[in-house]
Amino acid sequence: MSNPSFDYYAQQKHGHAHEHDHARDKHAAIETREGPPSEYEIMSRAMQELLEEKDLITADQVRQKMERFEEELPYRGSKVVARAWTDPEFKQRLLEDGKAACAEMGIDLEADRLIAVENTPAVHNVIVCTLCSCYPRSLLGMPPTWYKSSNYRSRVVFEPRAVLKEFGTELAEDVTVRVHDSNADMRYLVIPMRPEGTDGWSEEQLSEILTRDTLVGVTTPGVTRK
Amino acid sequence: MTSASPPVAKPRYPSTYNPAPGHRFNVGDRIAIRRTFPPGHRRTPFYIRGKQGVIERICGAFANPEELAYGFDGEPKKVLYRVRFLQKHVWPDYNGPQHDTIDMEIFEHWLEPLPDTRN
Repeated sequence: MSNPSFDYYAQQKHGHAHEHDHARDKHAAIETREGPPSEYEIMSRAMQELLEEKDLITADQVRQKMERFEEELPYRGSKVVARAWTDPEFKQRLLEDGKAACAEMGIDLEADRLIAVENTPAVHNVIVCTLCSCYPRSLLGMPPTWYKSSNYRSRVVFEPRAVLKEFGTELAEDVTVRVHDSNADMRYLVIPMRPEGTDGWSEEQLSEILTRDTLVGVTTPGVTRK
Repeated sequence: MTSASPPVAKPRYPSTYNPAPGHRFNVGDRIAIRRTFPPGHRRTPFYIRGKQGVIERICGAFANPEELAYGFDGEPKKVLYRVRFLQKHVWPDYNGPQHDTIDMEIFEHWLEPLPDTRN
């Protein structure tokens, strides 16, 4: 007899043996239909259990790290660039050694080495990793799906202007488009040009227009009038 | 300036992040990427092999990813450079202006010197 605990579909069937009126009962069970765990989920789970058994990590540490990835890391890059916009000396230090400048703000990039590249009226920078999906995770969190797509990775290197246009970014012919293939040990952050109409803004206000996509270079920050 | 030599800024600041003892190339040097196709884990994209560019900065010495990928310690470390290429040179059909560039990181053992044609 097969082991029913390995039969996902049998479990699903069993789980729905009891009756729910989903239309009227707001406490009805949520139908997730997530499917069985993938091989990688099982391997990752097994690894975590082993590390927990050996008292090397705790489940709470893993949860904390995941929470940090979602709640804190994605907002660091915009804080760093907002500082660079308001403090020219800091910007210079950021361009010279990104990791050291971030450390000044109490941001530890851990293993990442950072190259900040500055947009100017003459140069527009855009970041890609053609080999995989290298991304400044310690500053921007997890990479978006499009950044990892083979469409973006293969096209932005040979037709960057067409790809940028699809993101709504059109650049004049006299602007140099500089693609950075993040293919080895360095990670990249774009310092966009500070838009007109932001004089006197606080770093916090500035960081709100410094979205993830502006820091990867597929778009540029702007001030929306209300 | 030849078509394969994009401009690089004179380094305004120290261009090494890790020490790079005994580095063979300097900022502004013209180089070619080796056109070779060995099996294994390589971080030199196929599309750039055989192309010519200019050293943009020296990143320092890093553990060799071609060894790390197979469980070795990556020693001896290899000097990593950032190299700038003109898009029109990399992609002959490139549909954009002459001055557009692509920059990427290349380890020293993938680089071959080219004669210096700068004035």
